Amino acid sequence: MDDSTDLQTQPAAVSLRGIVKSFGTGDTKVTVLRGIDLDIYLGEMLLLVGESGGGKTTLLSAIAGILEIDAGDIDVLGVPLSDLPTGKRTTFRGQTMGFIYQQFNLLPALTAAENVAVPLLIQKISRSEALRRARTMLDRVGLGDRTEFLPKNLSGGQQQRVAIARALVNEPRLLICDEPTAALDGPNGQKIMELLREVGRAPDRCVVIVTHDSRIFHFGDRMANLTDGRIVSIETITREGSA
Amino acid sequence: MNYVALKMLFGDRAKYLMLLCGLTFAVMLIVQQGSIFWGLMIWSQSSVSNLNVPIWVTDPGIAQVDEVKPIADTAVDRVRSVPGVEWAVPLYKGLLRARLSNGDYHQITLTGLESSTLIGRPAEVLEGRFEDVLQPDAVVLDQWAVERMGGPNVIKIGTVFELNDKLARVVAIAKTQKSFTNIPVVYTTYERAIRYVPRERRTLSYVLAKAKDGVPVAEVTTRIHEQTGLGAFTAEDFGWKTIGWVLKNTGIGINFGTTILLGFIVGMAIAGQTFYLFTVENLRQFGALKAMGASTFTLARMILLQAFTVGLTGYGVGIGLATVFGFMTARSGGLPFIETWQLLLLVLVALLAICTFSALISIIKLARLEPAIVFR
Ligand SMILES: Nc1ncnc2c1ncn2[C@@H]1O[C@H](COP(=O)(O)OP(=O)(O)O)[C@@H](O)[C@H]1O
Ligand SMILES: [Mg+2]
Repeated sequence: MDDSTDLQTQPAAVSLRGIVKSFGTGDTKVTVLRGIDLDIYLGEMLLLVGESGGGKTTLLSAIAGILEIDAGDIDVLGVPLSDLPTGKRTTFRGQTMGFIYQQFNLLPALTAAENVAVPLLIQKISRSEALRRARTMLDRVGLGDRTEFLPKNLSGGQQQRVAIARALVNEPRLLICDEPTAALDGPNGQKIMELLREVGRAPDRCVVIVTHDSRIFHFGDRMANLTDGRIVSIETITREGSA
Repeated sequence: MNYVALKMLFGDRAKYLMLLCGLTFAVMLIVQQGSIFWGLMIWSQSSVSNLNVPIWVTDPGIAQVDEVKPIADTAVDRVRSVPGVEWAVPLYKGLLRARLSNGDYHQITLTGLESSTLIGRPAEVLEGRFEDVLQPDAVVLDQWAVERMGGPNVIKIGTVFELNDKLARVVAIAKTQKSFTNIPVVYTTYERAIRYVPRERRTLSYVLAKAKDGVPVAEVTTRIHEQTGLGAFTAEDFGWKTIGWVLKNTGIGINFGTTILLGFIVGMAIAGQTFYLFTVENLRQFGALKAMGASTFTLARMILLQAFTVGLTGYGVGIGLATVFGFMTARSGGLPFIETWQLLLLVLVALLAICTFSALISIIKLARLEPAIVFR
């Protein structure tokens, strides 16, 4: 299962072709993405690495459909994003994607369980059912005993676990993580990556993780290097003790 | 998501309280100023409303009730002969100086009522019997006279003072609406009133009248005016005429108008501004919701719910505080405070409008919001 050559025999879950994106106009214009081609497959955990300011977040935003691109095609689960009007794209995102950020972006007024329930509430699932599923999910990330805590009463690592539970609660096909360990210390970062591998990685899901933290590179299945607005290399990570 | 919206609103207690304080302050300011203003207006025409008669007849050039332009004595009979008039009685009204036995002088308004009917008498008497005004030298004071002329120890039933060197004996204290000028009112009969005052060519100040049942008051006033050439006004019109005169000729209109308008603008600006800031500060949270698939419509509903919740709460608390303030000032009698439902409704409408407005601005901002900010 970890052998990526197997994965690549199936059609890509996310397919990027010729993505170009610049910010600003005239003298201040910076071209951040200069023609990105990339395929991401179900079942894999793809690390997107590269130096800071290289455009990783910009690329993630484009995949998520929350940033307009200048040129190129983005195809997610067989749906060309550019074909979807904004409203439909928002719904599509809510149904198929989960997000994990560097700043956990939890709602400070909501308890852990309520935070995790939000994506379900957005899908108009009843509050009691949403909370029930949220508690189950929190249990899976090891926070079964913290469901009624407010974010401010949780440690950084715990808050990121809540964020992971929130990202996974509606069983997304695509999990998008931007520097999920950057706000955490080394050991906590390692734990979060272990959790993402255990709970996040699934046969019918692709996980994209942006990072520039080399200490966590070994958690991925493949690693794509984004430099100067282009994918300069894609390598398959060999894992000791696996397969 | 309504649940999430309310939790967001109440969750940050400090921000919520600040928001609530802003709105409460705005509402309180407007209701308080508006009620005092309205109270002053009611006071300014209380010389009309205190007499509680439907039609006032006098010189057509009259500007307001406290201005007296004497008319010929024959006016009473001329008004009586107008078809549709049920009764018409004379009223004397004039400024006089009262000299108390302790040597103090006080300016008073002498009000002379027709003796056989006592039409125009105050509805309520606090002490004594109004009918005793028919006794020799008897007068009735209003409760403000007691206050202005030295208090209940100096002025009480049986107190004797002088009007133009002629004796006046207090037989009753009547309850009236405080007037704007706060000049004490001394009631007596019409016949005795004109004996108190220095001889003048004309002594009749007003003719008070009532229309026959079934005849519209407005029609009778028109007929009186056409047949007698005198000015005839319904009590309501005369009250408004007086209010209009006060607004035009004293600083009250401008001063209070400015205060209320400023209170309104400042209050509403505070309200709108704080709410807008509240959303801006929560922009990241809304961005996260948007990234998780919440539509702009859903976010708009959440913001409107938040705006109306805090708006209505601020409205309730603000009115509550203003009313308590009103009770306290009314008890001390220093300032008039009349809270009308029209004012409350106006403030409610304005508040909801401003809440909707600032919510809309926030919504527009959210609609334009790139959910990509959550990655920053
Ligand atoms: N909304 C924006 N407006 C202008 N410039 C932007 C915007 N977003 C990103 N950039 C620029 O694009 C470049 C890449 O940013 P980013 O994608 O955040 O890089 P990374 O995530 O790899 O650190 C940076 O130079 C950044 O300043
Ligand atoms: Mg970044």
